[in-house]
Amino acid sequence: MLGFMRGQPLLSPVIHREKMAAAPVMMPYFGQQISSKSDLVPDWTRQEVSTGTTIMAVEYDGGVVIGADSRTTTGAYIANRVTDKLTRIHNKIYCCRSGSAADTQAIAEIVAYQLGFHSIELDEPPLVETAANLFRASCYRYREELTAGILVAGWDKRKGGQVYSVPIGGMLVRQPVSVGGSGSTYIYGFMDANYKPGMNKEQCMELTAAALSLAMERDGSSGGVVRLASISEEGVERRVILGNQLPKFSTH
Amino acid sequence: MEKHCTDSRVKGVSTGTTILAAIFDGGVVIGSDSRASIGGEYVSSKTINKVIQVHDRIFCCIAGSLADAQAVIKTAKFHLSFHSVQMESPPQVIAAASVLKDLCYKNKDELQAGFLTAGWDKKNGPQVYVVSLGGMLISQQVTIGGSGSTFIYGYVDAKYKPNMSKEECLQFATNALALAMGRDNVSGGVAHLVVITEKGVEHVVVPGDKLPRFHDE
Repeated sequence: MLGFMRGQPLLSPVIHREKMAAAPVMMPYFGQQISSKSDLVPDWTRQEVSTGTTIMAVEYDGGVVIGADSRTTTGAYIANRVTDKLTRIHNKIYCCRSGSAADTQAIAEIVAYQLGFHSIELDEPPLVETAANLFRASCYRYREELTAGILVAGWDKRKGGQVYSVPIGGMLVRQPVSVGGSGSTYIYGFMDANYKPGMNKEQCMELTAAALSLAMERDGSSGGVVRLASISEEGVERRVILGNQLPKFSTH
Repeated sequence: MEKHCTDSRVKGVSTGTTILAAIFDGGVVIGSDSRASIGGEYVSSKTINKVIQVHDRIFCCIAGSLADAQAVIKTAKFHLSFHSVQMESPPQVIAAASVLKDLCYKNKDELQAGFLTAGWDKKNGPQVYVVSLGGMLISQQVTIGGSGSTFIYGYVDAKYKPNMSKEECLQFATNALALAMGRDNVSGGVAHLVVITEKGVEHVVVPGDKLPRFHDE
C-alpha cells in the first residue's frame, strides 16, 4: 500500500525538504550583517525562488498536450531563464509546476517515488488519477506550509488522456483544459474563446503555444521559451519553441 | 506566484468591472459590463450603466471608486462644456481626456479613479485615451480596464486588428466583455456598448442571455 496511507514516514521527507528549501533564505543573515538597509546586498538574495509562471494542459482524444514557460525568478532577478517546468512523474504522467520552486520540486519528487513504488506493487502502469490524488494528498495536508499550484496530466489505458488541476489549497478537479500560474489570468478569455472539444493533437499544440506566448507577453514573471510535450499511448514527445519563433500577434 | 488578493479593499483600485474601448475603421467602440457589487458578496445593481457621456461624441468609462469617478466626471463635464463654448466648436477628444487627467493628477492623493475616454472629433478622427490612477495620459488603439480585464488581455492581444469594420469591432467587444464576465465574479449583467462615428452615436445593449456562449457554458 502507499506509504502515506499508513500515516508514516512520508511526513519526514517533506519537512526535511522544507528546511532544505529554507537554506537559501538564510543567506540574508550575511547581508544583514553588512547593512540592514541593504543597498549593498541585492534584494533577490532575500526573496524566495518562485516559478511565477504560466502553465497549461489540454486533453485531446488519445492523449494530452502540456506546456509551460521557462522563467524562474527570485524577486526581480531571473534565476533560470530556461527552466523545465514539465516534470516527469512516471513514463506517461507529467506535472506542470507553478508557485514556489522548492515546494513543487519537493512534492514532485515525493509523488514520483510514491507512484513508482505503487506501480511496482500493481505490476502495471499507474493511473493518472492516482498520481493526481497523490499530489492532492500532499498539497492538502501541508496546505499551510506549501505554495504549489500543479497540473497533472498524462495518458493511461483506462481513461485515455486526462488533465487534473491541483491548485493552491489542495483541491482536485479534472478539466478538459486547464491553465495555472501567475500568467494564467491573462489567458482565461483567450482559452475560453478558442478551446473547442474534439481538437486533435496539432491543434492543441498550437492553442497551447499561442496562449503561452500571449501570457508571456503580459506577465512579468513568465517568459523565456515555450516548452511543450504531448503524451499519448505512443509515448512522450517534447518540443521547445524559442523566443523568436513564438507566434506573434498584432502589436498596438 | 498564484496567490491572488481577492479582498476588494486590499486589491486596491480595480473596481469590480470590465471596461474596454477599441478603434475601428471610421469610429470607436466603448463598452462595459453592468454590475455594481459590494466586495464581491452582494450585487447592488445588475444594470448600472458605466459608459458616461461627457459631450456629444465623447464618452467615458470609469475604473476605480465610483464616488470619486462621479465627482470627477461632473467637474470635467462642466469644464468641457465651458471650453467648448469658448472655442465655439465641439471639443476634441484629447481635450476631454486632458481635463480628466488634470483632475486626476492634481488630486492624486485623494482620488482613486481612472478613465477610458473614447470619441470622435473632426481633427483627429476616432481616438481612445487612458487616464490612469496617478494621472498618466496615453493614447492607444485598444484598451481594457477594471478587475475583469486581466482575464481578457490574451484574447484582446490575439484578436484585435487595426482597421476592423464596425460589425467586426462590435463582435470583438461583445466577445471580450462576455469572456471577462464569464470569469470575473464582480463583472456581469448586460454588455453596454456605444459606437461613436462621424455620423453620430449608437447605443447597443446586449442582454445576458444574448451574450456569446463559450465551450463550457
